[in-house]
Amino acid sequence: MIVTKMKTLKKIAKMLGGQQGVFIVCCGGCPDGFKSGGLGKGLELAAALGEKGVKATGVAEIEFLCNKALAGIKLGRHAGEFRAAGAVLVLSCGVGVQAVASMTDLPALPAMNTISMGDRQGLWPGAERCRQCGSCMLDRTGGICPITACSKSLVNGTCGGTKNGNCEVDSRRPCGWLLIYKRLEALGRTKELLRMNTPRDHRKYDFPEAKRRSVLYALEFAEQEEAAAAEAKSKGAGK
Amino acid sequence: MSKLSEALASGKFTFTGEIGPPKGTNIAPALHEAEQFLKDCCVAVNVTDIQTAVMRMSSLSVCRMLVERGIEPVLQMVTRDRNRLALQSDLLGAAALGIENVLALTGDHIVMGDHQGSMPVYDLDSVGLLAAMTKLEKGTDLGKTIKGEPNVLDGVPKFFKGCVVTPCTEEVAPQILKLEKKVAAGAQFVQTQAVYDPAAFEAFMKRIRHIKVPILVGIVLLKHAGMAKYMNANVPGVIVPEPIIKRLAAADKKELRKVSVQIAGELIRDMKGLCHGAHIMPLGWDSEIPNVIAAAGA
Repeated sequence: MIVTKMKTLKKIAKMLGGQQGVFIVCCGGCPDGFKSGGLGKGLELAAALGEKGVKATGVAEIEFLCNKALAGIKLGRHAGEFRAAGAVLVLSCGVGVQAVASMTDLPALPAMNTISMGDRQGLWPGAERCRQCGSCMLDRTGGICPITACSKSLVNGTCGGTKNGNCEVDSRRPCGWLLIYKRLEALGRTKELLRMNTPRDHRKYDFPEAKRRSVLYALEFAEQEEAAAAEAKSKGAGK
Repeated sequence: MSKLSEALASGKFTFTGEIGPPKGTNIAPALHEAEQFLKDCCVAVNVTDIQTAVMRMSSLSVCRMLVERGIEPVLQMVTRDRNRLALQSDLLGAAALGIENVLALTGDHIVMGDHQGSMPVYDLDSVGLLAAMTKLEKGTDLGKTIKGEPNVLDGVPKFFKGCVVTPCTEEVAPQILKLEKKVAAGAQFVQTQAVYDPAAFEAFMKRIRHIKVPILVGIVLLKHAGMAKYMNANVPGVIVPEPIIKRLAAADKKELRKVSVQIAGELIRDMKGLCHGAHIMPLGWDSEIPNVIAAAGA
């Protein structure tokens, strides 16, 4: 679930820059599930903007704006509201805003900030964190991730900033490397910490192109590939 | 060759001092203090690198100004602000500017400083920075050519590589493990975090007897009892014992500087037999460094 947070009314008004009519599009996916957005929040925003003299030409909820094919069809039913507006205000993550922007010539403005998931991907709340760094070293650290558990993401052990077992950066947060040490000590495996860990390869943070094609953008690429294949086939048949 | 490395090799108890670059371009006071008070009694002078993540003039430039004044600098380098390209580049620059002593540190986190929204880098950690220095000394770097072969440097630097350790931290075993890694990565000397408890330091030194690099014990001048209490409450790995706090609290305001110098001198005297030198961090009281050394009976 992608985590979003409404921008302040002041920021939104400033972004609108004197625009008198605005169509509000609310993503019914993550922002609704996360209770940070959704139709209710869109209606509240319309009322608040109304008090500032900005008229909402409409408020629509579209399930999962990131599903561009369906979102396009559903948004098409709101042509009148689009025409009457000078801008579209989108309550969604950055993906949804970009999806809407690709479908209209009106400025598509983000009403929300997309904030970090805090290294949590699972839908069930838990203490484990993963930053998808692409260079997993959990084998060397007793199954506790130093990239997410250490404020500095150090790979070769503790810094000098442990106070009462906690991190100098946040006194409520345990020192990650101390947790790792304690775990390995309990397992009688502290010697493993003497292994030299080389700096991480930051290219691995990027989602690989091949995977991107096969998983995330499958829908978008499938059509292109089918079209290209059909074209190649017809050319071959023409010869 | 680094005078610091020679002094430590000679077995003589060695003193190093420390100055902090200014926030602004007014470098004169720091240089004056270094020339006036540190030049004659310290073998080398550390120059801090954006300490506590509070933006200041670069350590590298101040180090060069010390070289020009006949003072041997120790370039402190934190891995918080620069990635491996910038760190290696500055290391080559340091070598070209006649700076040989380099102290590798991770660096206080950005949220401790005055630019809290800045990006914490930590591309390398202190072990990685030491390994990078060792690589540069071998005529190559952390990168690769397009063919995947090691790069070849045109001109090879030579460093005297240092690191830090916190002897009085609450969990000393992970500190020692990391110190072993730092030495394996190339560290040739160690300057410690502030120590106020000779007995704890002795116990620590016993535990690292197998580590064969010179250790300079860290001494931070305590300006008043409030500072000691603050350090106990807020600075990780620093414990000021109650008797020292009492001495400071009981001191007459006019006598405070003298008492502070006395305490530091006594600490050095008590720990002299345990290590190879002392690193004095005066935190602005640079003029007291000669007095501390005299009080230590050196």
